[in-house]
Parts: sequence; C-alpha cells; structure tokens
Amino acid sequence: MEERKLTCIVCPMGCQLNISLEDGKISSISGNRCNRGSVYAHEECTAPKRMLTTTVRVIDGFHPFVPVKSDKPIPKEYLFKCMNLIRAIKVKAPVKSGDILIQDICGTGVNIMAARTIPRAEKQEVS
Amino acid sequence: MHNVDLAVIGGGPAGLAAALAARRNGVDNILIIERDKELGGILQQCIHNGFGLHYFGEELTGPEYAERFIEMVREENIPYKTNTMVLDIQADRTITAVNSREGLLKIRAQAVILAMGCRERTRGAINIPGDRPAGIFTAGCAQRFVNMEGYLPGKKAVILGSGDIGLIMARRLTLEGVEVKMVCELMPYSGGLTRNIVQCLEDFNIPLKLSHTVVNIHGKDRLEGVTIAAVDENLQPIEGSEEYVECDTLLLSVGLIPENELSRGVGIALDPVTSGPVVDETMATSVEGIYACGNVVHVHDLVDYVTRESETAGYHAAEFIKNNNGASGSEVHRTIPGKGVRYIVPQRISNNSLLKGFKIFFRSDKVYVNARIAVRCGRQVLHSVKRQKISPGEMEILDLKPSHLENIEVSSLAENGLTIELEY
Ligand SMILES: Cc1cc2nc3c(=O)[nH]c(=O)nc-3n(C[C@H](O)[C@H](O)[C@H](O)COP(=O)(O)OP(=O)(O)OC[C@H]3O[C@@H](n4cnc5c(N)ncnc54)[C@H](O)[C@@H]3O)c2cc1C
Ligand code: SF4
Repeated sequence: MEERKLTCIVCPMGCQLNISLEDGKISSISGNRCNRGSVYAHEECTAPKRMLTTTVRVIDGFHPFVPVKSDKPIPKEYLFKCMNLIRAIKVKAPVKSGDILIQDICGTGVNIMAARTIPRAEKQEVS
Repeated sequence: MHNVDLAVIGGGPAGLAAALAARRNGVDNILIIERDKELGGILQQCIHNGFGLHYFGEELTGPEYAERFIEMVREENIPYKTNTMVLDIQADRTITAVNSREGLLKIRAQAVILAMGCRERTRGAINIPGDRPAGIFTAGCAQRFVNMEGYLPGKKAVILGSGDIGLIMARRLTLEGVEVKMVCELMPYSGGLTRNIVQCLEDFNIPLKLSHTVVNIHGKDRLEGVTIAAVDENLQPIEGSEEYVECDTLLLSVGLIPENELSRGVGIALDPVTSGPVVDETMATSVEGIYACGNVVHVHDLVDYVTRESETAGYHAAEFIKNNNGASGSEVHRTIPGKGVRYIVPQRISNNSLLKGFKIFFRSDKVYVNARIAVRCGRQVLHSVKRQKISPGEMEILDLKPSHLENIEVSSLAENGLTIELEY
C-alpha cells in the first residue's frame, strides 16, 4: 500500500488530502471537506494533466519570442519532452494569435498555439 | 499645447479598460500615453495562463488577455502614443511627456486617469547583508528576461518570497532546465494562491520553506551561494539554524509597490498602507478631475478585478467631463479597516454611493478560517457574510447593494464612518 498527500485546488480552502493507493487504485481518501476533493484526487492519482505555456523563437519579429500555450492540458509526464521539442523550433514573423505552431505534440493529441500576435519587425528608419 | 478631453497615463490593462469605458460613455477625444514600445503593460511578460476566468469566463494567458483589450482599443479608434513617458502632472491637469520623435509634449486634459501600475520591491527595500555580486534579480525582471528576451538568469536558483510571481517563476525556470533549489518565505504562510503552490512547486518537488529567510549573500563577481535561516515569531533569524545553499541566482519576490511618483508630484493624498492614492467609490482621487485605477491604487492579484475597477474609473471620468468638470459635490465619508482588516479601497464614499451601492475591496492581516465579514456604521450592523477562508494573498470583494445601505443614517455615517471588520 502507498500513501500520498495532495493539496486540493478546486476551491480556496486548499484541503490537505491523505490518499491510500493499492495497486495504483485509490482505496481511501481523507481530509477532503467535500466530494469535489475526491474527484480531484482520483484525477491526480490516475491521469494528472497540466496546461503548458512557454515561448518559441521568432525570426524577424517585433519581439524575438512569441508566447505559446497548449490548446488542452498535457499528461504531466510529457511536459519536459514537449519543452525540448518546442525549444528546438523557430517560426518566421508575422505570427497570429491562435496560429498552430506544432500539431499533435509528442503524439499527445495536443496542439501548441501562439498566444499573441507578433508583427514583423519595423524596418530600420533611414535618416 | 495639445488639448484632449481625457488623458490616460499607462497602457496596461487598467488604462485600456478605463479608456474603453470612457469612450463607451461618450468621450471622443481620448489619449493613452504609454512609456513602453507597445500597449498591454506587465501582462505581456506573464505568459502563464489563469487570466480572465472572472471577466471572460475562460482561462487566458497574460498576452491573450492584453490582446483582447488592445483589439478593442483599435476598433474604437482610441489614439495612443507608445514610447512616451509622462514626466509631470499639474493640478490643472496639464501633463508633460517626452518621446524621441516629438521631444517634450504639453497636453492639457479635462480629466486624467492614472494607470501606471506598480513596481517591484528590490533588495534595497529589504536589506539583506553580505556581498553584492551579479545574479540577484527581482522575479519580475527575471520574468521579462526569460519570457520576452529569451535569456536564462543562471543555472541554480533560490527564490526569496512566495508571492505568485515568485511561484510562477519557479515553474518557468524549472521547465527551462534551471535547478530551483527552494523557495524561502519569511511568513508562516505563503502569499501566493494555493493553486500556484501546487502546480508550480509541488509538481516539481521544489521545497517551500516557510518562516525562513536569506541572511547572507556570498560571491565576489557572481553569486556563489546564500545562507538561509529559520525565523522566530518576531521574524528574527534563529541562531544556529543557518544553512548554506549553493546557487548562482537569487530571485526576489518580496512584494510590489504602486508607482506613485507622478501622484505625489501633483499632491494627491496617498494611503500609507496601500501606497496608492486615496480614492472614493468612483475612483476619484483627492485632486479634482484626476482618477486612478489598477495596481497604481492597490496591488491586485487578479487582472479581472483591475479591469472592473478601471471601468468604474473610466465611466466616472466621462461623467465628470460631460458635467463640464462639475464635481459631484456630495459629502464624503471614511471607510475604516476594523479588526483583522489591513486596508480598504475605496477609502472614501459619497452620499451618492448609498443610493447606487458599491464594491468594497479589502485584504485581511492574516489567514482566518470560518470568519464572518461585518459591515457596520457605529454600532449598527448593515451586512455580514461568512467566508470559509480569508487570506492576505487573496483580495476580498464585498458587493454592497442599496438594500444593505438603505437604513443608514447619514449623520451617523458622517460621525462614525463605515467599518469593515472580521469576526472569528
Ligand atoms: C512582475 C509582475 C508580474 C505579475 N504577474 C501577474 C500574474 O501572473 N497574474 C496576475 O493576475 N497579475 C499579475 N501581476 C499583477 C498585474 O500587474 C496586474 O494584474 C495588472 O497587470 C495590473 O494592471 P495595470 O494596468 O494596473 O498595471 P501594468 O500592467 O503594470 O501597466 C502599467 C503601465 O503603465 C506604464 N507607465 C508607468 N508609468 C508611466 C509613465 N510615467 N508614463 C507612461 N507610461 C507609464 C507602464 O509602462 C505599464 O505599461 C503581476 C505584476 C507584476 C509587477
Ligand atoms: S476538498 Fe472540497 S472544500 Fe476542500 S479544497 Fe477541495 S473543493 Fe474545497
């Protein structure tokens, strides 16, 4: 049997959940003040997912980087793999908010999309 | 001299929302003045998500939230000047600004909205002894480096202060391959949202050391390590608890202060607790025709509330302009932070507010579980609500409706003010 401690983040109470697991399955939960805490615990113990936000390098842009986000939460164990992939790519300006920059990243079915518009760099003024 | 109806100083979420609300309330001639090279304010560097849940009903990143307002400002054709810094404001609402294309600008406005945001406290403001090597940054400065310019501040980091910006940076640096050794927090509780403690620290097994602080800094040219120590109830380091932690980067996330040099210059009354202007329920400051909103008034943790507050400022600045600069002339009363309450915005309320109702924003002085918020005028209790948890890290909002206020005696309000307190 395995014991896990989690903090429920469904509401501001932040209950400390004590969870007992048997063969990866939850056998008991305590510390939750309501049922939403146990739903959260089940999700966290079986298939935890997180949104990923980071940046992608932009060539010839108003800024050298564009912020990006996953269009759905990514399984937690894929976060660092996805980061390595995202760090390796470059896109050319202009980039539009909502543009998909990487499709189906690491086979997760999740897309990485631009989270703002980056216009082309303004041409240097000739004086 | 350039004449406008309304000048908005600062093009962050506060300035943009205020300008939009003023336009929608009939003001044509508006100018937004922003010192950065683009609109959007600090949100442009806050690339994580969690913005807009209250205002748009969906989770956006900072730049997405900003872009929605920038788009609306463009659709409404509201003029703005970027790369332009306001240097001075006079009580007659003459503004001096400067940019490299036009040089010195003089702008005369019928009404002014202050939306300059806040800045971070630096090491100077908290006094850590020891050497002064490179490698010490405020968390917000590191955020800008990493998210907008693509530089990492170092390889091994310690973060002092567990406010949201510090927590968010702990995750951001970890994802970028920096080893974040720990987050130290002077207080026995974190100033950040629980969700951030879980998803930024617990997710990556980064220890949060409550009641700990940095007592010494080591290194000649570059930071080599810090000494941390536990603190007692009086926040004094406990002798013998010192521990050396090797690191090349120290991020300070030790609080934000409203940016009020301009407000001070024009003689606006400031609240010593918030460090922002004293305002009434319309967001009017003590100087006629000058309004304020957003982080320049008090530090907000959620931009959604910045937007709402700024819409109030924009709307009322428009009313002031339309009424030909006639101030409402209504009597004003004080709001008073009672037991357990650190500060209240607005600090003043007018008689008009009793008819229309208004929102009270406040922060508690520590964490309370199962407390009751009470609003009273002298001994008369006007309203009370129960909260499961109240903590200094999460701003409380109380919506006072005309029905809560109808039994109030104006003479008693003038004498006693309106007190907000906690019962626990
Ligand atoms: C480093 C940092 C990180 C933050 N992270 C988060 C977060 O993750 N989530 C969250 O909800 N909130 C966060 N906040 C709080 C956030 O600042 C507010 O929610 C919101 O951005 C405040 O909006 P604002 O318009 O009042 O201020 P700002 O966004 O700071 O905008 C103020 C604008 O005024 C301009 N300005 C200032 N002085 C002048 C002048 N003299 N002349 C011309 N222009 C001027 C500035 O350049 C800036 O663009 C953060 C704050 C900081 C400082
Ligand atoms: S268990 Fe229920 S009460 Fe406790 S934090 Fe989760 S949602 Fe809130």
